[in-house]
Amino acid sequence: MNEIRMLSTSGILGYGYAEDSLRRGMAREPHIIGADGGSTDPGPHYLGAGTSFCNRMAVKRDLKLMLQAAVAARIPCIIGTAGGAGGEPHLQDTAALVREIAREEGLSFPMALIHAEPDRATLHRMREGGRTKPLASLPELDAATIDRAERIVAMMGPEPIARALDEGAQVILCGRSSDPAQWVAPALRAGIPPAPAWYAGKMLECGAEPAVPKEPDCLLVTLRDDHLVCEPPNPIRRCTPLSVANFALHENASPIHHLEPGGMLDTEHVRFDPVSDRAVRVSGMTWTPADTYTVKLEGVERAGYRAITLCGTRDPVLIGQMDDYLVGHRERVVMKTTAIGIPGAAWQMKVRVYGQDGVMGAWERAPRNTPHELGFVVEVLADSQEIADGVLAVARTSLLHADFPGRLCREGNMAFPFSPSDIPLGPLYRFSVFHLCVPDDPYALFPIEHERV
Amino acid sequence: MNGSDDMPRIRDIAQVCKSKNAGPFLVTIDVLFEDAAVYRQVKATGVLNAALFARLYGVPEEKVLFTPYDAALAFKATLPRLVPAGDFGDTDVYGAQQHAPLLEVEIPLNA
Repeated sequence: MNEIRMLSTSGILGYGYAEDSLRRGMAREPHIIGADGGSTDPGPHYLGAGTSFCNRMAVKRDLKLMLQAAVAARIPCIIGTAGGAGGEPHLQDTAALVREIAREEGLSFPMALIHAEPDRATLHRMREGGRTKPLASLPELDAATIDRAERIVAMMGPEPIARALDEGAQVILCGRSSDPAQWVAPALRAGIPPAPAWYAGKMLECGAEPAVPKEPDCLLVTLRDDHLVCEPPNPIRRCTPLSVANFALHENASPIHHLEPGGMLDTEHVRFDPVSDRAVRVSGMTWTPADTYTVKLEGVERAGYRAITLCGTRDPVLIGQMDDYLVGHRERVVMKTTAIGIPGAAWQMKVRVYGQDGVMGAWERAPRNTPHELGFVVEVLADSQEIADGVLAVARTSLLHADFPGRLCREGNMAFPFSPSDIPLGPLYRFSVFHLCVPDDPYALFPIEHERV
Repeated sequence: MNGSDDMPRIRDIAQVCKSKNAGPFLVTIDVLFEDAAVYRQVKATGVLNAALFARLYGVPEEKVLFTPYDAALAFKATLPRLVPAGDFGDTDVYGAQQHAPLLEVEIPLNA
């Protein structure tokens, strides 16, 4: 029977883990150590801006301990979706960090970078060949959407990662990768069938999240031909059937059918059996290979520029008539911005009211009560930062200084906690590409580059 | 139990009730039970279904993917987000705080 042990250090590289968990995990002699570097979860900004949502110092700490452990144990260290979004700047920033750590700590190893930002000509060629398909409720991919995009990444499956291992890399930094792929690759190479391999990948993609208490930390998975066992190295955590089942539902549209590059993982008949009071055995998953190998594309485009401000009111007279006040506020903002020459078509404004429906917006169905205070976030989106800033300044003063029936607080209607009060947010990116594509083969969009660090 | 006529609410009987993005365009809401008997009873009432989620969130029923998942003693409902994650006017980029309406749903376990 084949067996492979894999240690995932954290849900996201840079979210942290207990150093002692890593030590205890390494004592179990894992064959692979790794962490996922990112996700679309923090939103479209980071893919568009080419920056990471994790702090560089925090990533450096997590990565340094992992590289030291991997070198000492002579095992591969694999980072999925490097730099948070897995685009070229994210990959290069992570590679620079690895080289910096290696220099400072006197480490040396063969490293592979797997790129995941295909050139636009390739994307156009696939689109023209009818080899793209929209996901969610997006329209078909058109040429203009590709051209307008700030950045488009493709999500690799396990194949390029397995090839990088075959070619001798010890440290692998993946551009955008399917979250389980970095674990599936070594599992398949160890002779594990796809079904438990993909399931193990899903368990490992978020570190100790299948355990309780649920905080960023390490998870060890022991994978065999027909099952896997999840166990957190940190003795304060436990995997229970509930905690593992809970995580099995994480971020999937269906709990049963999981579409992956190259096939479908079916989890309908999975069993969660405790093997101790802190380890759970999972079995019964199946895998159906796809007729066509597909890869997901993720892309964002710039939708304008934003500015925001935050404030609150403690005035009961105003709180009692807030809806009317905000209608009047919008009218004042339109009037005053028109007067200073900003056309109405150049901006949009949204006022979130915390204490009322700031969290759920139009989905809020709780009965309206009268809280003693309300918080506001005013958001302006405009064609340029200059216009966004201009409209926001008008919106801020109009919220602060406006009359309303019964007004007693004649010096100002809002408490602003900060000076400066107005925060330019820069470009707003929105997801514009969320499509499947059919590449020439699983490796075609993901060039591998080897170096000696 | 704090529900009306002693009817338990989801918050009284479930061990997990949570929401999260399933990609930037969908939000997925999960309810899990630790006790298989309670899960089976809840399932048998038929209260949790696509129509309930459509009503709670004001989306068309055909847009709700509702799946009871026996293996995990769980119910999952996936529906389109109001605004794509991080787009203008979004209130919850991670989709992690959209579960609350479900907490108050009453389940006639004692009927």
